[in-house]
Amino acid sequence: MGGLTRRGLAAGAATLAMPAIVRAQAPVLKVGLLLPKSGYLAQAGQSCHRGAMVAPKVLADFGMRIEIMDVDFESNVDMARTQAERVINAGAHCIVGPFESGAALAIAQVTEQRKIPFVINIGAAPQITEQGYQYLVRNFPTGGQLVTNGLALIKDLLAATGAQPKTAVFVHANDTFGTAQRGAMDALYPRAGLPIELLDKIAYDPKAQDLSVEVTKIRALNPDVLLVVTRSADAIKLFRDMVRQRYTPKAIISPGSPGMYDEEFYQGLGPLADYAITNLPWANFNAPMAKALEAAYTPASPRYRFAAECFNAGFTFEALLVAADAHKRAGTTDGEALMKAVRATNLAEHVMTGGPITFDAKGQNPNIVSACVQNRNRTPTVVLPVAAATEKPVLPMPGWQGRS
Amino acid sequence: MTAGLLLGVVVQGVMTGLVYGLMALGLSVIFGVIRVVNFAHGEFAVLAMYAAWVAFTWWGVDPIVAALPIAAGCFVLGFGLQRWLVSPFVGRAEHEQFILLAGVAMVLVNLLLMGFGPDARPVNLPYALDSYEIGPVILDKARLVAAAVAFVLTGGVIGFFRFTRTGTAIRACADNLLGAAVVGLDVKRLYALTFGIGLACVGAAGAMLVTISDASPVLAHGFTLQGFIIVIIGGLGSLAGALLGGVLIGVCEALAGFLWQPSMKSLFSFLLLVAVLALRPQGLLGKRP
Repeated sequence: MGGLTRRGLAAGAATLAMPAIVRAQAPVLKVGLLLPKSGYLAQAGQSCHRGAMVAPKVLADFGMRIEIMDVDFESNVDMARTQAERVINAGAHCIVGPFESGAALAIAQVTEQRKIPFVINIGAAPQITEQGYQYLVRNFPTGGQLVTNGLALIKDLLAATGAQPKTAVFVHANDTFGTAQRGAMDALYPRAGLPIELLDKIAYDPKAQDLSVEVTKIRALNPDVLLVVTRSADAIKLFRDMVRQRYTPKAIISPGSPGMYDEEFYQGLGPLADYAITNLPWANFNAPMAKALEAAYTPASPRYRFAAECFNAGFTFEALLVAADAHKRAGTTDGEALMKAVRATNLAEHVMTGGPITFDAKGQNPNIVSACVQNRNRTPTVVLPVAAATEKPVLPMPGWQGRS
Repeated sequence: MTAGLLLGVVVQGVMTGLVYGLMALGLSVIFGVIRVVNFAHGEFAVLAMYAAWVAFTWWGVDPIVAALPIAAGCFVLGFGLQRWLVSPFVGRAEHEQFILLAGVAMVLVNLLLMGFGPDARPVNLPYALDSYEIGPVILDKARLVAAAVAFVLTGGVIGFFRFTRTGTAIRACADNLLGAAVVGLDVKRLYALTFGIGLACVGAAGAMLVTISDASPVLAHGFTLQGFIIVIIGGLGSLAGALLGGVLIGVCEALAGFLWQPSMKSLFSFLLLVAVLALRPQGLLGKRP
């Protein structure tokens, strides 16, 4: 047996001192990331997920450490509630997600009860921040904000192009988000001062196998403008049936919804995807953090273009940023202290368009602004506001035939 | 709103319903003979949609042309499944059969998700966006071709059961299992053939559905539910009933969507189902037990 050496003593002393060193550091923040990675919202959920997967590395470069606990809630609201419980039991200090408003409402009940911060990446239903939840913040516009900004941008669009459409039909998915957008349209459209008569509002099931009847109904009304609130799969069906039924509106505009800027939409429709317009918050490509995210994203997901994914990836990254920043300031993973830090967030440096990320008393970020994004050569392109535009808007859009 | 538009909507409903009818035919065939409800029905339809997508994307084969080889592949799959997986469950409690086939459904959907991802897979046929304008009616070419093929295939399946020796033997098993066994029919083989034929119908329908809707694992549950509604309306085990049920659902949904709100289409399908269950529980063309 060897005798006691100086090296052995040093190692022993270091081992004895370790718990104290560990205690002095705040543990890594474990973030339960709840997204619909399968089910009918899988395309968007996976897109958000790709943004989240590069977040730990990018945040580490900005001096923040997080560990992601990745959970799929299968586009099912009940599953979202169950999975939130499960991931908190497994040690999550904070929840981020879930892309869908219905799921957000379900998760909020759990996080409120368990006193765990919940940072919503995407989910616009106004009621999320109207129910007095203390452990929830939303870094995403409400449906009302989206529609208000979206309608204001339509006005700007008409002024910029000189187009004078007279009539419109509003077509929307009848899920939680789509119905909330319908409510916002009902309340805000009459006050928006747009010179376009709204002929009808048509709700459809986003899980429908085809939308031919919906398009026949639209064709019967023959509006100049189609205002849409869709997801990508149903937007593809809608466009195809419009082409088949030989109906060409002067413009197809989303006053704030996903669908028409997704990679799936471009792949499914090719040139027919061009000239559709979506008014919603977009990545600020001049921001250093957006550049850092894009630089990490591109090699991690070479099959996907950041230009088309930046909405989902950007907002998901920002939600993780909010959590990581709060953890860094709070220096603890205790739910109450962490939530206090989340509510005190003031992040001037971030990814998406708009002012600094802050939260009002209801937990809503009021500083997010929208841009007018038109599809050009299968790429979402900012055309308004002029300061952020890379191309000029095209209105009325060219016919379906002869596009390449 | 004009009568022409309304006529167009009815014609769209009939065309979609014919494809639904062929898909539901598979469910009806399997239940009518083996008395096992295939809860993985929609998942097999989606599997066939992906097969059609692969055939088109990799080899440029039109899904309508690919429908026959895909149906043949599904027949082999169905034959094997019945022989080695479902057969031990025939005659057992219904909940055991349900769990088995619900398990098969979950495995299939998740395999598709793992293999192809969640994005919908489109088949961009050269004629996918073509349409014919006949007076006030606009007929979508892809749907018209799919409906015509579905109608012919359904006729072929009905003819097979009515006019061939094997078809007659299968019907004998359905009518009187004991009697069929006593006269020396190989019931196990006939059951496997029936399951194979059922899945072949689903396979052909799935291949044609991909011309109407993009392939996606998400569609599976909806197809299964729709299949059930159609066969219950038409009459469980009735082949012509499946076709009639499909057309009725197609037209009912199309009219409901056009005249009321499109988001209420499913509501009207279920109302039709409830009405049939209340007034004629065996289905429109089903036999009273």
